Amino acid sequence: MTTNSGHPKADDSPFGCPEARRLVVVGASLAGLRAVEAARRSGYQGRITLIGDEMHLPYDRPPLSKSFLAGGDPTALATEQRLLHDLRVDLRLGKRAIGLRPGEGVVVGGEVVPYDRLLIATGSAPRDVGEWAAHPAVHSLRTLDDAHHVRTVLDRVGRGGRVVVVGGGFIGSEVACVALDAGASVTVLEGASVPLVRAVGGVVGAALAGLHGRHGVELRCGVRVIGVRSDDRATQVLLADGDFVPADLVVVGVGAVPATQWLVGSGVDLDPIDSAVVCDEYLRTSLPGVYAAGDVANWPNPVFGARMRLENWTNAAEQGARAVLNALRPASRQAYGTVPYFWSDWYGHRIQFVGTADADSVAFVSGGPDEDRFVALFERAGHLVGAATLNEPGKIMKLRRMVATEDGWDAAVSLCARSSREPVT
Amino acid sequence: MRIVVDRERCSGIGICESLDPEHFEIDDNGALVLVSETADDGDDTVMKAVRACPAVALSVVSE
Ligand SMILES: Cc1cc2nc3c(=O)[nH]c(=O)nc-3n(C[C@H](O)[C@H](O)[C@H](O)COP(=O)(O)OP(=O)(O)OC[C@H]3O[C@@H](n4cnc5c(N)ncnc54)[C@H](O)[C@@H]3O)c2cc1C
Ligand code: SF4
Repeated sequence: MTTNSGHPKADDSPFGCPEARRLVVVGASLAGLRAVEAARRSGYQGRITLIGDEMHLPYDRPPLSKSFLAGGDPTALATEQRLLHDLRVDLRLGKRAIGLRPGEGVVVGGEVVPYDRLLIATGSAPRDVGEWAAHPAVHSLRTLDDAHHVRTVLDRVGRGGRVVVVGGGFIGSEVACVALDAGASVTVLEGASVPLVRAVGGVVGAALAGLHGRHGVELRCGVRVIGVRSDDRATQVLLADGDFVPADLVVVGVGAVPATQWLVGSGVDLDPIDSAVVCDEYLRTSLPGVYAAGDVANWPNPVFGARMRLENWTNAAEQGARAVLNALRPASRQAYGTVPYFWSDWYGHRIQFVGTADADSVAFVSGGPDEDRFVALFERAGHLVGAATLNEPGKIMKLRRMVATEDGWDAAVSLCARSSREPVT
Repeated sequence: MRIVVDRERCSGIGICESLDPEHFEIDDNGALVLVSETADDGDDTVMKAVRACPAVALSVVSE
């Protein structure tokens, strides 16, 4: 494991360089881009090489299961002009890192790209579900190319088509909403007895699950998919209990795992359970000069005194910037702490969550689990550690500031009591 | 400088409010309200919020 000592480590000046001249960032998405921007803003003048295996310029992922799937345009995070000229990036798109040789460089195809500082920002990739994932009717949703495929099929099967979503998490649920809007009949198959338990806990997970039924999507919990088969007329999703569900399109959203295959054997510490890159509070990995940020990183979050790997937009953006500043300016490094925040849009309803669902109890302090508007607070050892809201966009950021503070619970309760007396428009 | 919101782009996610509640606030209908439209040129906190907006809905113009 990495050590968390407060002393500067030897990596503050690797290879005897007083100053880093070659920054390499692997993963050309949100965390990687925010890192590059922060590096230049901090005055770093050296070389920046940004390596990404997708062909596209960095783009925003959340719209892929929302507006883009419904027919909107993709959201670019940066133009080529900005990357090449303003940020002076040596941009390598469509290039996959296949290995890391400590102190020597990143292996990309036949080339070894040398670094003084390296940022690992390779994010996560859809969890493997087994052989049936290769069936032509089955799609996952992680990249713009994935979303293009799903959208094309959805356009084709559209009205009256049968869409089966495997996994009742946020991405699967958003796909279900868009498919329903497109006129399809939609079934969500969830393995657990309640969806979203890890993200928002069982109580709020059950409350959100209710939205599916209320809008006409069938949610089946506690079912396990064992295969997908088709003949010349129809495709069916097979369940472990012997049942089957007809489908014109199957979208799998059963979670994502850190994209760290390329680091195996490099000496970078990987978590034994999920293979995330293990970092210290400054986002340093176990190798000198090598940092990590975004979906790929596991680090001790001082706000909660616990190790976390977050898979949300806000964290990737903030962590990317922090990691690179720590990498380039070790003398003024800062520990990275955050109150997690994510959102999801279902059936025109906005779900928002701050903090952690790892709590002793949950209380609905405004609205209730069967209503279309609520605030649920998460309490641990007498403190506010998290909050979930449905259609309460005005409260969530105020709640975020209260999480993990001394009097956060009382402040949150009074915020919700105050405004629940106001008329609801 | 003055803060400008592109209402077409803003999706009310509230990253701006989380970084700078003195200038940005999301109301109960999910719309962004500028608590104050003006700020000192280059105000660090405002610029942080502007840059962090996932929808690229925020910009500043100098007056
Ligand atoms: C469909 C969808 C909807 C989402 N909706 C929301 C939402 O509503 N709210 C929210 O908060 N979060 C949401 N998220 C999560 C959010 O998008 C992620 O947390 C964020 O994108 C993480 O950024 P990242 O830069 O760490 O990783 P990623 O965005 O995963 O980027 C990693 C990049 O590295 C590349 N890469 C991987 N391996 C290599 C390699 N060996 N060599 C070179 N390149 C490599 C990948 O192809 C990818 O381009 C959503 C995610 C998805 C997929
Ligand atoms: S961060 Fe951007 S999209 Fe979100 S509320 Fe603020 S301006 Fe709107």
